[in-house]
Amino acid sequence: MMDAQENEKGEAMQPMTQLRDRYDGVAKVTGKAKYAGEFSEPFAKDDLVYARMVQSSIPCGTLVAIDRTAAERAPGVLAVLTPFNAPKLNTSKPEPPARRNLSVLEDTEVHYNGQPIAVVVAKTLEQARYAETLLKIKYKAKPAKLELPAKLAKEGRLGEARWPKNPGKEQPSNRRGDLDKGFAAAAVTVDESYVTPIQVHNPMEPHATIAWWEGEKLNLYDSTQYISGVKQAIARALNIPLDDVRVQCPYTGGGFGSKGSMWSHIPLAATAAKVVGKPVKLVLGRTQMFGTVGYRPTTVSRIRLGATADGKLTAVQQDAVMNASVMEDFHEGVAGPAKRLYESRNNLISEKMIDTNLGVGTFMRAPGEAPGTSVLEIAMDELAEKLKMDPVELRLANYAEKDPTSDKPFTSKHLREAYARAAERFGWAKRSATPGQKIEGSNLIGYGMATATYPANRSSAQAVVRILPGGKVWAASGTQELGTGMYTILAQTAAQVFGLDLAKDPTAVEVALGDSKLPKAPVSGGSQSTASVLPAVQAAAQQALLKLSVLAVNDAASPLHGLQTLDLGAKDGKLFHKAKPAHADSFAAIIERNGNQAIEAEGSAEPGQDHSAYSAQSWGAVFAEVAVDRYTFMPYVRRVVGTYDIGTLMNDKTGLNQLMGGIVWGVSFALHEEAHIDPVYGRTVNNNLGEYHVPVNRDIGQIDVTVLNIPDTKFNPLGGRGIGEIGITGAAAAVANAIYNATGKRIREYPITPDKLCSRSLTL
Amino acid sequence: MSIAPCSERQDGELDDMKPGVTEDGELRLTRRSFVQSAGVLAAGVAAGAGKVAEAQAASEVRAGAPRIHAVTVTINGKQQQMSLDTRTTLLDALREHLDLTGSKKGCDHGQCGACTVLVDGRRVNACLTLLATLDGAQVTTIEGLAQGDTLSPVQAAFLHHDGFQCGYCTPGQICSATALIEEQKHGMLSQVSWEKGMAATGRPELSDDEIRERMSGNICRCGAYPNIVAAVRAAAGMGAAASLGSSSRNEVGA
Amino acid sequence: MNPFSYQRATGTEQAVHAIQAHGAKFLGGGTNLVDLMKDNVERPTALIDITKLQLAKIEDAPGGGVKIGALVRNSDLASDPRIVRDYPLLSQALLAGASPQLRNMATTGGNLLQRTRCYYFMDTSYGACNKRAPGSGCAAVQGINRIHAILGQTDKGATSGETCIATNPSDMNVALAALGAVIHVQSTRGKRTIPIAEFHRLPGTTPHVDTTLHSDELITAVELPPAKFARNSWYVKVRDRQSYAFALVSVAAGLEMSGGTIKSAGLALGGVAHKPWRVAEAEKALVGATPGVEAYTKAAELAVAGAKGYEHNAFKIEMAKRSVVRALALAANGTRAGAEGVQG
Repeated sequence: MMDAQENEKGEAMQPMTQLRDRYDGVAKVTGKAKYAGEFSEPFAKDDLVYARMVQSSIPCGTLVAIDRTAAERAPGVLAVLTPFNAPKLNTSKPEPPARRNLSVLEDTEVHYNGQPIAVVVAKTLEQARYAETLLKIKYKAKPAKLELPAKLAKEGRLGEARWPKNPGKEQPSNRRGDLDKGFAAAAVTVDESYVTPIQVHNPMEPHATIAWWEGEKLNLYDSTQYISGVKQAIARALNIPLDDVRVQCPYTGGGFGSKGSMWSHIPLAATAAKVVGKPVKLVLGRTQMFGTVGYRPTTVSRIRLGATADGKLTAVQQDAVMNASVMEDFHEGVAGPAKRLYESRNNLISEKMIDTNLGVGTFMRAPGEAPGTSVLEIAMDELAEKLKMDPVELRLANYAEKDPTSDKPFTSKHLREAYARAAERFGWAKRSATPGQKIEGSNLIGYGMATATYPANRSSAQAVVRILPGGKVWAASGTQELGTGMYTILAQTAAQVFGLDLAKDPTAVEVALGDSKLPKAPVSGGSQSTASVLPAVQAAAQQALLKLSVLAVNDAASPLHGLQTLDLGAKDGKLFHKAKPAHADSFAAIIERNGNQAIEAEGSAEPGQDHSAYSAQSWGAVFAEVAVDRYTFMPYVRRVVGTYDIGTLMNDKTGLNQLMGGIVWGVSFALHEEAHIDPVYGRTVNNNLGEYHVPVNRDIGQIDVTVLNIPDTKFNPLGGRGIGEIGITGAAAAVANAIYNATGKRIREYPITPDKLCSRSLTL
Repeated sequence: MSIAPCSERQDGELDDMKPGVTEDGELRLTRRSFVQSAGVLAAGVAAGAGKVAEAQAASEVRAGAPRIHAVTVTINGKQQQMSLDTRTTLLDALREHLDLTGSKKGCDHGQCGACTVLVDGRRVNACLTLLATLDGAQVTTIEGLAQGDTLSPVQAAFLHHDGFQCGYCTPGQICSATALIEEQKHGMLSQVSWEKGMAATGRPELSDDEIRERMSGNICRCGAYPNIVAAVRAAAGMGAAASLGSSSRNEVGA
Repeated sequence: MNPFSYQRATGTEQAVHAIQAHGAKFLGGGTNLVDLMKDNVERPTALIDITKLQLAKIEDAPGGGVKIGALVRNSDLASDPRIVRDYPLLSQALLAGASPQLRNMATTGGNLLQRTRCYYFMDTSYGACNKRAPGSGCAAVQGINRIHAILGQTDKGATSGETCIATNPSDMNVALAALGAVIHVQSTRGKRTIPIAEFHRLPGTTPHVDTTLHSDELITAVELPPAKFARNSWYVKVRDRQSYAFALVSVAAGLEMSGGTIKSAGLALGGVAHKPWRVAEAEKALVGATPGVEAYTKAAELAVAGAKGYEHNAFKIEMAKRSVVRALALAANGTRAGAEGVQG
């Protein structure tokens, strides 16, 4: 449990009582937590039928014909939808995150290998899977664009790249100062190119939708990070009123960005349900998650750094090229950290695109910052080495006191403390600056570090809170639980307002989320849910408490009768007179005497008025120790130490767990993940969890995570910034730099697999 | 993206699907046309399905007809008699037919471990186990581990050590860990046993590396591995963390 | 998956008769067959479940070796005290493969028949795969070939009906090759034995054929000759993860020591060819040598002689050599000593 804290102004803040175990923990360890594809009600279970999405096997061309005869005759088959017979949906312009450019059988064009081109509906899953193999599909192939940026870089053809068509809030180019002057003033320069691969989110729960119609009304159980986004997007796709759609998702089995949008399978399931007149379940196979539900684009970045002899950056340049889908641009802001992370007056970045016949890219854990820090922080390590400077010292020499892109002050920044704390816990002082010095058995040992950073985001959110007859509290918001601990911290936030001790009674607050009937909350992405939803819950709870207080002071039967509501406090299910705490009245009694109806209040929260006067960002320092076998070149991350400045941590258990998970993603970025695209077929060849490698338990050594826990009340009243993304940032570069320190091999192309380290240079 | 006209139209059934032009100049269907065209298609589908049923009756053994196999399996102590398509895996039988959705489908190919259950006491991937092969077998799933409201020691350890985030891999992790502890008691080895020179001792102790290796058949994409190791260590009675930083720690206030 | 009939075999004789039905296949642990059936790569119309046959014993073989029943599960075999004591190489190789769950399911006989992990074989959406669709060509030679063969492959270009650069993915098979195992098989025609070196085959002109086992033959046992490498053997597996991943390259090395020199050696490589790659010249070069980097390097060079890499897998040549050196060093150091802290 946390001690009392002080905010930036030195004012004492009421600590939040933490739930000891996750609110949803028992449901998850007993298998009772129901995920979207697992419901067998409220429809009749026997009515539920199964849909399979059939995908193209060419990357570009036209569907000439799909012979459905054999499939339609197969046992159990209820419908086969193809572009030649399917009802047409509304395919207007994409509006990310919720609405993307989909493939919903609207025409016969094939834009990528794996594009949905048919849906087979059958009574059983086995029958549907068999029937899909009976479709006879005829294509007229066209030449596909499948050259990825790394190939073009090798051939000196990056000039073919173009600017993004519709960049998001971050512009794809930015210039400040005079770059030439900056490089002219540099004593030392670095000029290298770095590659990050296509990565695929692969949450453990595949995307899943159950769709059923009640007359004109559509119901969905959908595995999503954004119930209200899906609701809006599906209503538009089907041209039905928003109020005719309900989306539910009490648990999301991971998303990492891939469930922040409505992808093709959702409208296809809804259409199939309408066509067959039954509830339809459509769950993606693992292989189907490679391309149809987003991925992180591959990037090539040329980074040039110039610095004075004492390490001050005089010039920073990053020119990035990424792949885009011919269907829709997704702009990965890979040069964001080069623009923003360090003090650099002369700065130029560009982010361009190459069209490819691949599916649409999307937000993946720490979009921009994950690949951005992964490449920039290697370049910084290279610069430190050339300067013969400690890598931490180099970062401190370029510490940004204000946001370099806007000159705005930060709401809160304590990165110096993070460097110091993490370095101390790691034992950084023992590092040898010369690579290849530390040998244990057959292992070369190396240390590396990097800076972690991610913007702090906040959006408007709404919540509703009820004080129930009997005195318990119900708190709800249309947000999502992805494993982030949303149920837990939502319960805690409500409990704090009502003075309920969850340690004594973990059931004092009941939480509801994941239902589009509840007040609207933003997408669970961009590390914004904590900062957005909790203030709304707090506001709703305060309003409900006020309503209860008004009842009490106006109730002649209450010991609190006649007092001002301001005189009252709440604790352990009772209102009490602050001046005379013995004068108290229980929630239950007040409600019972006043009609025994639940007291309800809604609350909403917006980013503060002075929000735009500040820049809000989270920070961290991450250190890694690796062991590289000098015979087999297998790298192993023995230890990662990360210290983060993320404002107040709302729950130690769930929060530290999520930060550790982010570091695991960083290790994965560094060593494991890459979707290999066949150069002819344009298909991800390793489209499964056996060959698309994410870390297994054995890959992860010791992880030591600490947080500074300094509240950021300029950002929001609860003092917390999001933590979903920052863990992955910096971690990959820390590992890459440690591998260099171990082996003297500088690998600038992720992932750092044994083949890239394999050469004769590490002699036996 | 423009909508291509339908190039195959049967019996004029899709004639209602004329795209309209909206105020922003984009082609789209009206709501009426979506609902109607879906309805017309549904009628056609129903007719087709009728023909299929007829054909099925006529020729029971024709290509594509499912083969049904009856088995009796004890699941979580309860005997279940099932006559299902031979293609049905144990995982799909549990999830789609018995409403035991605790066992998860993550990859359906034995590559993630989310479907791990115990068959006759051994942990296996339910996604690669055909139900037909299990006549007479005893199956334990995540739903069968707790005694009423009392969590099993492994479940309690996962809860206490927060050995999960999204929870989707969790039932598989817990079933796997439950078996792991028994396997160790019976002297089962891992590659770590060999690497550390412990294989010949007969019953290597569950060091953190042993736990990591023996839990490597269960992928957790959220990355809760350190907490999973802590949970298994606790459930196996191996005590607290052996070394610095192997579990997370939090220091409050700067 | 297409529909199939299922029957549980009641005896070996009954099983080898039942398999004669058109489209029938034996079902063991199912970890590979069911996997491939789901993706429509394997399409049997009848499954003969052999898992209840009495073929799950590990027993003494005449002549001092050991006979392993075809249905012994990988996990049981790896932890069997006799295997651990006399054939640690086999235990190590088994434990380097798959996951505990899969090892609990997979059988000895099934593992021998494990099919390649070539992407283009496993995914029917690729038109070209001579192994899956004979005569269709090979997408791998000009595709992503990072996990493919560098030795013994057939490469007549992407469009040739003979080209195949797939590898055998099994770890167990590599150890069995180094140990000189013999496979016992049975059919209605009788029983026969196949030396492991002749069991798996190179693609030659018929890459769709993995082994010399006939389609109606049942593997009943694997026999290992008397243990020679009990004290000095090691299995090295190089892969992209620390566990639960297929080998980029693996090496099974066994040494029989006499005084200060090597009396005999067993050496086989995995992940490099269509079959476990055992080179007699490399083994011979070790005989009589003093253990040390010089002898190991010489053997390593011989082991990969004639190797040819492709765009993405050329690294395997150097990696294989270094892994041979490492495996031999660890073997010489003593199996029971483990690997940690062993410099090499």
